[in-house]
Formats: sequence, structure tokens, C-alpha cells
Amino acid sequence: MSTTKQLRGGAKWALSVNAVLVYVFFYAPIALLVMYSFSNDNLVGRWGGFTLDWYRAFGENQEVQNALSVSLKVALFSTLISVILGTTAALALERYRFRGNRFFDALLYLPVIIPDVTMAVMMLLFFTQLFNFLDAVFGIRFAKGLATVTLSHIAFSISFVSIVVRARLAGMNETLEEAARDLYASRWKAFRYVTLPLITPGVVGGALLALTISLDDVVITQFVAGPGSTTLPVYVFGLIRRGVSPLINAVSVVMLAASILLVLLSLLAQRARGGTTA
Amino acid sequence: MTEQSTSAVSINGVTKRFGDVVAVDNVNLEIADGEFFAMLGPSGCGKTTTLRMIAGLEFPTEGSLQIFGEEVGTLPPNKRPVNTVFQNYALFPHMNILDNVSFGLRMKGVDKKTASAQANEMIDLVRLGGMEKRRPNQLSGGQQQRVALARALVNKPKVLLLDEPLGALDLKLRQDMQTELKSLQRELGVSFVFVTHDQEEALTMSDRIAVMHDGQLLQVGNPEQLYSQPVNRFVADFIGQTNLIDATVADDEMIVLANGTKVRAPNPHPPGTKVAMSLRPESIMIGDREAVPSESQSTSLSGVISSVVYLGHSVVYTVNVDWMPLEVRVPAVAGVSRYEAGAEIAIWWDRLSDWIVPDEGYRG
Amino acid sequence: MTAVAPDEQSLVATPEFERSNERNKRRSGLLMALPAYVYLVLFFALPLIIVVVYSFATRTRSGGTALSGWNLDSYQKLGEPIVRDILFRSLLLALITTFICLVIAYPFSYYLSTRSPMVRNIMLVFVMIPFWSNFLVRNYAWRVLLGNNGPITRLTEGVGWEESSILFTPTAVVLGLVYGFLPFMILPMYAALERMDWSLIEASRDLGATGVQTFRNITLPLSRPGVIAGSILVFIPSLGAYVTPQILGGAKTTLLGSYIVTQFLTARNWPVGASVSTVLMVVMLGATLMYFRSGGKTL
Repeated sequence: MSTTKQLRGGAKWALSVNAVLVYVFFYAPIALLVMYSFSNDNLVGRWGGFTLDWYRAFGENQEVQNALSVSLKVALFSTLISVILGTTAALALERYRFRGNRFFDALLYLPVIIPDVTMAVMMLLFFTQLFNFLDAVFGIRFAKGLATVTLSHIAFSISFVSIVVRARLAGMNETLEEAARDLYASRWKAFRYVTLPLITPGVVGGALLALTISLDDVVITQFVAGPGSTTLPVYVFGLIRRGVSPLINAVSVVMLAASILLVLLSLLAQRARGGTTA
Repeated sequence: MTEQSTSAVSINGVTKRFGDVVAVDNVNLEIADGEFFAMLGPSGCGKTTTLRMIAGLEFPTEGSLQIFGEEVGTLPPNKRPVNTVFQNYALFPHMNILDNVSFGLRMKGVDKKTASAQANEMIDLVRLGGMEKRRPNQLSGGQQQRVALARALVNKPKVLLLDEPLGALDLKLRQDMQTELKSLQRELGVSFVFVTHDQEEALTMSDRIAVMHDGQLLQVGNPEQLYSQPVNRFVADFIGQTNLIDATVADDEMIVLANGTKVRAPNPHPPGTKVAMSLRPESIMIGDREAVPSESQSTSLSGVISSVVYLGHSVVYTVNVDWMPLEVRVPAVAGVSRYEAGAEIAIWWDRLSDWIVPDEGYRG
Repeated sequence: MTAVAPDEQSLVATPEFERSNERNKRRSGLLMALPAYVYLVLFFALPLIIVVVYSFATRTRSGGTALSGWNLDSYQKLGEPIVRDILFRSLLLALITTFICLVIAYPFSYYLSTRSPMVRNIMLVFVMIPFWSNFLVRNYAWRVLLGNNGPITRLTEGVGWEESSILFTPTAVVLGLVYGFLPFMILPMYAALERMDWSLIEASRDLGATGVQTFRNITLPLSRPGVIAGSILVFIPSLGAYVTPQILGGAKTTLLGSYIVTQFLTARNWPVGASVSTVLMVVMLGATLMYFRSGGKTL
């Protein structure tokens, strides 16, 4: 494709300036936040010389550490489950027709577009109702905690994994599987030696996204968490509402760095070589 | 027809329906061992579906499908002694050439060393020695095509199936591959079943051709039979170029053209049947009206030239006879002057060169 | 044609075999989908239905919810001035956010799609990073920037612009929303522009159209699916935004999201919270359906 799109000098210049401004808009606040997290000043947003004190405080703060460990537990476990469920769902939808597949397709899209708050309300009411029911019928008492948070995270992560894996499968020619079958591979072997290696980048990419989203979620988690299952974002959100502090700066930068790293890895995995087309 | 036991592929009453669509309609076909067999037709005619049924990638709705006398109708593709060269080659992008070619052997349980040795041999045969470690996307289209061939042939299939294998190549490469495929087939003595929509390709390469249209098998025969004795309008029109002239049967010796001209043409149809007379452009002669030869050997019509196209080796005239334009192709002879548009001329043809086909169905 | 030997009989294809083969294929498809299917029905569809059911329930005096005596009371509450104001304010802010994103993103995506593939990919990665990176933290960054001691405030005060802080105003909320959701606008828009056949532009110019005419008659209609998809992707989360107004907004900028949360976590009026959530869901479904109707395929 040619890059000369017959734009007049002025328009071209305006477009370039706009693009530069967009990137400044995206990255300047992040850069400043990173900078202030190293600032030796008790007031947030004022430069008082370089220090690592706030990061040290982050490492020593027991509450932050607890929240971090909850976050990691929830993220890893929900990612594991949603990768399995999301990948099988993607395979089923891309390679098979079955009763109810269109309904399933729609159901799989909804968690992506539904607003956080709505999903949070859904999960809260569902677990409340479920616990009431279990208490009334079996006399077993449950409470919100790690399990409810993890179950809720899986509910939205499945969709993200399946979307990424489906994109990979859609770009992969189905005749590759037919060719494997034609070359004496059983159904299982065709999957094992052709399909699976080719969708692995998508699966890895989806897993990293699921991790990212789980580690980022505030609203849904806040609704379904119980005592002792506060994740890091929920904890930080609570702190922010009480006011800014240099400690939050440091925690924020760590969270941001983790999510950017995961996103980059995910993009890298999805771009990995092997079979976008035959 | 060849005997059952010696047929490489034997298709009896095979029909394939996709929902309400009949993709292949009650096809009967015998493909002999060692034959280069083409299935020809426009897209959507059912040729690829037929090939896929032989491969086991689709199952017939009904009918019997045998390979060397053994029924395979419901066997999955991995249990059939045939291999396929796919339209876009379908090479595994995550494996190198050697792994691609030895894939079939490995799946059959051949040990790695033997499989590699045989694969290397086959890679040499298709003249790709030295490329074993490359990935498919590092090869040119022609090279990928040869890997696909090697990957199929290394398994020593009883029948090799090829689905438009040359479609993605440019003209020059395509002609080279045609020759190469043909000589490879002769060398190996295996039946090749070749699907194509390109009639010229089918005519050049095949021992026999099956013409399909709308899921039906219209005619099977060698290239010459198809060209000179098409069974109906569609085949006449699809194979090569032809003039199809509407006519009515007068009796078993005579037909009447639209302008009333009577043409001597022996035919099996009852009087009054609508037929079409197929007349190849190169079998029509053109000349001054006085030059028309005697009635007994040929038929003639008078007309006016409406256009002249010079093609180097030949000249194509469009001649308006009373009721329709006809194409006439004559060799271009250096130094011999040509007619110009507007010239009033006569055309005639030898009695043996016209061919009557029933008018029913298929209007090209 | 020869008769088929009896032992080979089973290998001859029949309509019954074809049907059972199709059935098996469908069954294995369903089997593969089943774990995720069951999970989503149980942990997504069912909760969704429960919310709708709750929206017709009654709040008990103790702050619980009685699942009986179904009524429309909680929907009637949406008509009360306080709630209506919140509804309108949310709608307005969401629309403004969408519009601003549109105005910024369109020229940006256009620019992006006219770069060489390599430059384009790099630029795209730098849009993807904010797209996926931590939303809460990105909002917090603005809180720091706009805060009392923040650099922006100091800058404006330095110029002599006293009391100019926009923190805790609707403006700050819109700023945060635009910052958060701009990538949602850029990505689908870029996808649409990138898919476009640019020779059409040349054809249009060749046929004597001016640059403006070409843009209006060719580029804009062809990029419409991207514009619609992007607008929906920005509008829906803006309408339901909770984190941004909590961090950047003030008491006077309560939006739908915050209102819902309050109903559940503090006011304990679950039916009202459920009814507002239901309305939000209906709006979302409507917008999504509109998008698919207008010819969009994927979001």
C-alpha cells in the first residue's frame, strides 16, 4: 500500500501533530506517575529528590503484601480454569456446529461488553441467592471469599481467552487438519501435532490477557470479596478514596509495570510465528 | 468399461447432499489403475466434493465407493490408501520440509530413521534436495507445490488425489508443472485423480476426463472424444470453443437450421426434436461466394464479416449469417490477404465436422 | 456394478451413516463446548436473570429484599428527580466522552492506517498498552496530576489562574473517561480503515472528486462500521463507569455506576440497584444489536 494518500501539506501536518499529541496524552501521565513514585517528598506530585523509600514501604507493608498474595492466587487459578474452558469453547465454536451454538456464541461475547458494575451486581446477587438457597436446603453456610472472587473472575476471563484463541483458529486454514487426517493421523493425533502447536500462541496470549484482567479488576472483586479476600486493586482503590499518598504511587507503578509487561508478552505471543495462513 | 477388480477407484451410484443442496448426484465412475484422470467442470459442479469423498474428507450420502475393489465409503481419511495434494498445499507451517514430508510415515508408525530416509529420497525426487530444514513459507509457490506432492507420494498411495494443484501458480510455472506432473505419474505408474476447472489443462494432461456440471457426471472419455463428440450442449461449449447453432430434426438423416437451411446430419432423435449443431471455429472454411464447393460433401451458408481479430497464428472472423453470429478461425498464412469487416462471403464445412447434441438442459 | 460382499456391507455409505456421523460431530462439538457453556449459564446467564428478577422485588424495612409481591416500584423510582438527574448526567457525560474520543480517534486512526506496515505495527502496540494496562492506576495518575499539589495545578496557579483546579468536577470525569477509553475507539476504527481498499480513494480523485468530497463520499461511509463499533465500545463503559467518577469526580458528579454501587453497598436498596442495572443492560444490548444490524461482524 502506498503511503502517499494525496493529502495537502496542511492536513498532513495536522494529522501528525494530532498523532503526537495522542501519544503524549497516553504516556505523559504514566511517566509523571512513575517519576513521582521516586520523589522524596511526603506530598504527592511534588519533586523532592530521588528515593526508593516508597518502594521499601511497599515491601514492608503487610496489608499490601496480603492483598498482593490474594491477587496472585486468584489470578493464577482463574486463568488456569478459564484457559481450559475458553480454549475448548473456541475449538467447539470454530470447528463444530452443534445445537445452541449461536446462543453460546452470544453468551460468550456478553461478559466482554457488559459494564463492570452490572456484572458486579449480577455476581453479588447470584452468590447471595445461592448461599441463601444452600443454607435453607442443606443447612450449609457459605460466605464470600477467595472462592467467590475466583469464580467471578473465571466468568469474564473465559470470554477473553476464547476470543483470542478463536482469532487464531479462524486464521488457521482448516485444510491443515484435513491434510493431517489424510496423512494417516487419527483425530487425536491431528489435534496433538497440528492444531495444538498452531493455536498455542493464541492460548498463551489469551492466558496472559486473562491474568492481566484478573489482576486489574476492581469493581467486580469489590462486590464479591469477603474479609481476607481483598485483592491489591481493591485495597489500593480503598486507599485512593481516602486520599493520595506516595505509597499508593509506588504500589500503582508496580501494578502498572506488571500489567504492561503482561500485555507486551501477550502481544508477542499472539504474533508468534506459525500458521496464520496455510 | 474396465473390470471391477482392476479399477483403482470405483464409484457406484454415489450421491452427496448438503442439506437441500445436491452436490453430487448419482455418479457412476470407474478410474483405471495407472490412469491420469481429470475431473473437469465449473466451480460448484461437484468435482471437488467427489474428490473429497474419495479421500474420506466427506462421506457419501449414499452409494458405493471402492478403492481397488475394497469398499471404503465410511472409512475415515486416515484409514484409506489414498493421499491428497490440497489446493493451497496445506503444508504444516510449524514444521520444516523434512517433517512435513515424513509426517504421513510417522503417523503410520514408521520409525523416525526409516521415515526420514524415505522422505529424503522423495525430496530428492521432486528436486528439493538441500531444502529439508526450511519452513514452507521460505519456499516459492512452485517449491511448495513440490513439497505437497512429495508429502503425499512418500506414503506410496494407491491413488493420488490432486485438488486444483496448479491453480495458485502463474502461467509459465503452471505449464512446467503440468509436464512434470505428467512425467512423475508415468514414472510411478500410480493413478492420479486431478480436479480442475481449466479445460485446457485437463485436455493436455489427462488420459481420460470426466465432465461434471450441477453435481451430475455428463460425460467421461478421452480428450479427443470429449472434443469431437460431446454428449450435450454444455460439454460442447465447455470443452474448447464452438458455435452452437439451434436446429430441428427433420428425419434421421436431416436437420433444419433456423433459416430453413437443410443440413444432412445423421441423428438418432425423432423428427421435430430441438437440437443444437456444434461447429468448431477451426472446422469452418471461409471464401468468396463463388468458391463454395459442391453440395454433396459440405454445407454452406452465406454471411457478412462483422469483425476480424488477428491472433498471430490464426485469424478469427465473426461472420453474421442471417440469424446469428458465427466464429470462424483460419490459419494466418503470410502473404495471403485477409477479408475485411463488411465483406460478403460464404462459409462452409465438411459434412463430418458438425456434431449434433440434444438441446435439453445446459445452455452455456 | 457388482453386489457388495456381506462383510463389506457396513462400509457402504448410507443416509443413516451420514446422519449418525453428523450427529456424532455435533455431539462432540457440544461436548467440547459444554464445560464453558455450563459455566457461563450458571455463573453469567443465571446471575443476569436474578438481577432482572430482583428489580421487580420489594425492599424490606430492614434493608433486605423480599422476593415476593412483585412490582414496578423500583422502576418508578427512576422517574424521581434525583435519579433522573443522575440518569441524564450519566447519559450526557457518556455522550460527550464518546464524541471527544471520536474527534481525536478518527484523524489518529486515519494517520495510523496510512503509515507503512512496520511503523503501523509499532504505533499500534503503543495503543494496545494503554488499552490493556491497569485502568485504576491510569485514573489514579490523573488524580495525582490534577491534585492540589499536582504539577498541572501548580502550572495553572503559576500563570495566575487561581482556583482553577478541575479535580472533582464533571470535566475531570470526562477527562478520565476519555483517557481510559480512547483506545477502545481507536482500535476498531483503525481496523475498519486498514481494511479499506485505498485504491478507491485514488479512483475517486481520478474521477474528479475533491479531497473533501472523497472523504465524505468514500472514506467516511467505508469506515462507518469502525466508527459505530468504537462509539459503542466507549459509550457503554462510560455510561456504567464507576472507578473514574469515584477517583476524579466529586459529590455532585454521582453517575449511574456510583449510584448502583451505593444502592447495594450502603443504601441497601437492592431492587432499585437491580432496576438501574437492568436499564444499563438493556441499553447495552440495544447498542450491540444496533451495531450488528448495521453490518458489523465482530467487536
